Amino acid sequence: MKVEENPHVIEFLRQGGDSFMTTKVEAVINWSRKYSMFLYPFVTACCGMEFMSVAGPRYDMDRFGCALPRFSPRQADLLFVVGTITHRQAPVLKKVYDQMAEPKWVIAFGACTCSGGPYNNYATVQGIDTIIPVDVYIPGCPPRPEAVLDGLMKLQVRVQKEKVPADGRHREMHELELPVVEKPLA
Amino acid sequence: MADPLAVLLAARGDAVLESHERLGDATAVVDPVELVAVMRFLRDSDGLDFEMLTDLTGVDYLGREPRFEVVYHLYSVKHNHRLRIVVRLPEDAPEVDSLVEVWPSADWMEREAWDMYGIRFRNHGDLRRLLLYEEFEGHPLRKDYPKERRQPLIGPRN
Repeated sequence: MKVEENPHVIEFLRQGGDSFMTTKVEAVINWSRKYSMFLYPFVTACCGMEFMSVAGPRYDMDRFGCALPRFSPRQADLLFVVGTITHRQAPVLKKVYDQMAEPKWVIAFGACTCSGGPYNNYATVQGIDTIIPVDVYIPGCPPRPEAVLDGLMKLQVRVQKEKVPADGRHREMHELELPVVEKPLA
Repeated sequence: MADPLAVLLAARGDAVLESHERLGDATAVVDPVELVAVMRFLRDSDGLDFEMLTDLTGVDYLGREPRFEVVYHLYSVKHNHRLRIVVRLPEDAPEVDSLVEVWPSADWMEREAWDMYGIRFRNHGDLRRLLLYEEFEGHPLRKDYPKERRQPLIGPRN
């Protein structure tokens, strides 16, 4: 006999009324994760001003449970990469990412982090996804606060759908080993 | 108020290779050997008093000899006048005396000129790259640095 056909279970549910609900453990974990993001702002350039704007009370990221910046990557879930990343900074960014505990997510904030933006020269990394995995890209130079909130909500949708593995590991290590691709030069 | 370029030409005309003045921007091209002496004169003379080195930068005139220029922008807070000093340096030995002894602010600007143009400053004492990393080969603002050349520390060459 299936669980939902068991008369004892049916009676138990009927007496319970609306005082409880049934769900999956995975859905509960993901629900709690998506509404309690602790973010680490890795701010390097002018996009930082726009980040302050969206993090402030006017646009109020706290509505999404994403208000508390942690200034240690070890306490953060969400890495906000805000601003141009130079080749000189790239090892620092990778180190910060590696120091964050699982589970962790990355948002690329602004055109420079997505693709290098207006800068294609000896100094600038052409998109942080050449160094670390990125979950959500927010384009714009700089992005509007509404775009950032949209990106944040898209990340929440993504987090809600995630599988929670039995060993708790969020990303497999082989995903972190990024392939070295020689881009053809123009 | 004394015209700084005229004062310089009268006192140290032997060290000035050429000069011009246009729209209030006076420029003197100075013999690199005499640079430090000329700069000390400009800083210490009554009526000139250039207390401030506001900018120091390199220029690459590829194909011309001497190929490199170092441009110094001087400002006197006391008299509110300015003067631009240029030294020209040959391609095979782009080297000039450091001005850190004269104006301490020259320190980082000379390091930047070394970083971007490969111009050496004698007696600087700490002539490391300022902006780029030690692993970087070459000097990216030279006109013959390939504009597509990338030297990432990690990740793909992009």
